[in-house]
Amino acid sequence: MGIDLSLIWAVIIIFGIMMYVVMDGFDLGVGILFPFVQDSSDRDVMMNTVAPVWDGNETWLVLGGAGLFAAFPLAYSVVLSALYLPIIFMLMGLIFRGVAFEFRFKVVRERQHVWDKAFIGGSLVATFFQGVVLGAFISGLPVEDRAYAGGALDWLTPFSLFCGLALIVAYALLGCTWLMMRTAGDLQRRMHDIGIPLVWAVLVVTGIVSLWTPLTHPDIAERWFSMPNLLYFMPVPVLVLLCAFGLLRSIQRYANYTPFLLTLALIFLGYSGLGISLWPNIIPPSVTIWEAAAPPQSQGFTLVGALLILPLILMYTAWSYYVFRGKVSAEDGYH
Amino acid sequence: MFGLEALELARIQFAFTITFHIIFPAITIGLASFLAVLEALWLKTRQEVYRDLYHFWLKIFAVNFGMGVVSGIVMAYQFGTNWSAYSEFAGSVTGPLLAYEVLTAFFLEAGFLGVMLFGWNRVGERLHFFSTLMVAVGTLISTFWILASNSWMHTPQGHEIIDGIVVPVDWFAIIFNPSFPYRLAHMAVAAFLATAFFVGASAAWHLLRGKDTPAIRKMLSMAMWMALLVAPVQAVIGDFHGLNTLEYQPAKIAAMEGHWDNSEGGPTPLLLFGWPDMEAEETRYKIEIPYLASIILKHSLTEPIPALKDFPPEDRPNSTIVFWTFRIMVALGLLMIVTGIWSLLLRRGDRLYSSRPFLRLVLLMGPSGLIAILAGWYTTEIGRQPWVIYGLMRTADAVSNHGAGQLGLTLAMFVVVYFAVFGVGMVYVLRLVKKGPVVSEGREKGAGGPGEARTPMRPISAADEAISHEQGDQLGERN
Repeated sequence: MGIDLSLIWAVIIIFGIMMYVVMDGFDLGVGILFPFVQDSSDRDVMMNTVAPVWDGNETWLVLGGAGLFAAFPLAYSVVLSALYLPIIFMLMGLIFRGVAFEFRFKVVRERQHVWDKAFIGGSLVATFFQGVVLGAFISGLPVEDRAYAGGALDWLTPFSLFCGLALIVAYALLGCTWLMMRTAGDLQRRMHDIGIPLVWAVLVVTGIVSLWTPLTHPDIAERWFSMPNLLYFMPVPVLVLLCAFGLLRSIQRYANYTPFLLTLALIFLGYSGLGISLWPNIIPPSVTIWEAAAPPQSQGFTLVGALLILPLILMYTAWSYYVFRGKVSAEDGYH
Repeated sequence: MFGLEALELARIQFAFTITFHIIFPAITIGLASFLAVLEALWLKTRQEVYRDLYHFWLKIFAVNFGMGVVSGIVMAYQFGTNWSAYSEFAGSVTGPLLAYEVLTAFFLEAGFLGVMLFGWNRVGERLHFFSTLMVAVGTLISTFWILASNSWMHTPQGHEIIDGIVVPVDWFAIIFNPSFPYRLAHMAVAAFLATAFFVGASAAWHLLRGKDTPAIRKMLSMAMWMALLVAPVQAVIGDFHGLNTLEYQPAKIAAMEGHWDNSEGGPTPLLLFGWPDMEAEETRYKIEIPYLASIILKHSLTEPIPALKDFPPEDRPNSTIVFWTFRIMVALGLLMIVTGIWSLLLRRGDRLYSSRPFLRLVLLMGPSGLIAILAGWYTTEIGRQPWVIYGLMRTADAVSNHGAGQLGLTLAMFVVVYFAVFGVGMVYVLRLVKKGPVVSEGREKGAGGPGEARTPMRPISAADEAISHEQGDQLGERN
């Protein structure tokens, strides 16, 4: 057998989560930035930039969950039950926000502020707990007898809470640069103003997480700082700094597209760093993708469908972003 | 919390979230096929009433679909969060089946739903009809996968247990397990009936208020043909499903019938009324028809049906609940058949659209299909207890190791959020219904598409009715 099904599935799921982080990241970011924009028609514009695509973005989350269940049931059961509360909180945030999206446009102006608050609150809660889940996941989940062996509130650590804050800042930057690309005029200028401090904030939190992780996890430190790994992995932090520098420059010259693309690169680099730290564990610190794998009969059976349908979904997604490219102004609406 | 154990709380949480969720897919399945029929009739006859109805129900379909997607996100994660031991044990079977459902639904949403919702004026009519058809087929394919997964939990086969884990051996046997064909047929037809009665009640509501248009008449007429023809078919499917359950899950049948004891032998009566008492091991306040249960289930005048005392107490499902949920489902089914027959009689006298007692009944029957679906699911799922996978894994062994405190907290949150969020959604659906079909909708050139300023894309945005009725015009302008 030359085909490593677990490896293929790991790649599919990592890719799916990456799609989710990038795509739902900017639309959650738009929600996080709502408090910085008071004008109601500006808020309409902000929402309209993501309105046609947000639910497609969230479907990646469902696909990630279902793929994990099918290919790595052990990881699905351990990770989800270990991080029970933060995951439920995140889902609640997403529900609230998803529906706020729809109903905000369907109520009278005077009542919109209620759904605005639901949108802001839902976006913040969903993002924060996604970060908490990530932080707790990096910190590792004890497993005994193929079940989670830790406590109900083990996820509640300073590190994971900080990761929650860090993700809020990161998604805010993603949303901010998305809006630089998709809006014009005052709103765009406002985003360029917020952009500079946001880049610095992202640099600071990334730096803190990057130091905090190896300091508290000797095995991750070992992976990064031993020779020759250090040389192989050095491009990651170097590229992060280059991206950040380019980002600051491009925002200062009021660029339209470059900031968003560089932010995507930043997120991708952060994600790669995470992958370097954790690979090949699917339940850190010790359960690998092969140990958590479903029987090959299950992975193979599901792979057939995934390989048929995922390319079609990707093509469709690309097409819909192409259709909705360009600037959104106050006169436009998707409703 | 309220003296409930973590296991009970986890079960209540699953029941609560799936109860809310199932309502939306059920109506989605029914409406998708209804829309396909409407569009086919429009293309064939070119009667405008079909086109108007298509556009009217398309909006309601869109909102429903959106709600189904949102409530479905929770379902995709709940197996892992609340039932991690189950997921670990049987994820190799349930996971792939659910993944196929998600892939199918994703594909359907990505491709054809957009064309169906927003493409009326932008693609050719054949392509549009094809899209509607694919969406309708897609909802049935989703039903297929979900029910394959669920039925396998009732009648598992096609697997081996290796090192304490389920390993699939024969996917064909897993999917086409013994209870699957009956359950799939029963559920798909139930979705059609639930939708028919929802559509019928919408028409009755307008007719009772004196809004008598050809479109509304057509709605009522189509719904009542469904009731007349399909409700009896459903009774037959249900009967076959019952015989299948008798073969594979006799304890469930005993609990549904509230039948305790076969020590005296002889035929089993059918209980019309009673209160099964799990502690006293008997059914109180019985009103019975002799022989009937044996006749229905065994086609025999002498042979008894299984009795609860044939099974040890720890293997008995809760008869008090399933006895009643089953009777509620059957009673509603019989009422549907009666409604259908009454509609036929009224057609002969041309009083279908004017008989107020009949229209009031149809209005009251509006939620009957959905209530029957819920009652039926409670019967089959609670009747499977104490097993989560019949004969393989007990529910008590399937649950995650959470404390009652955190389960109570999340359950309370689900209750608040679901009622707030889906409550608004349902109010919105009812408001759309109240507005009624509009003449000549869809004939105007729709804005949008590449190069257009306004391009609706998401399911709910297909419905552009404002939530606050009074302000509708003002909003219409803005949008």
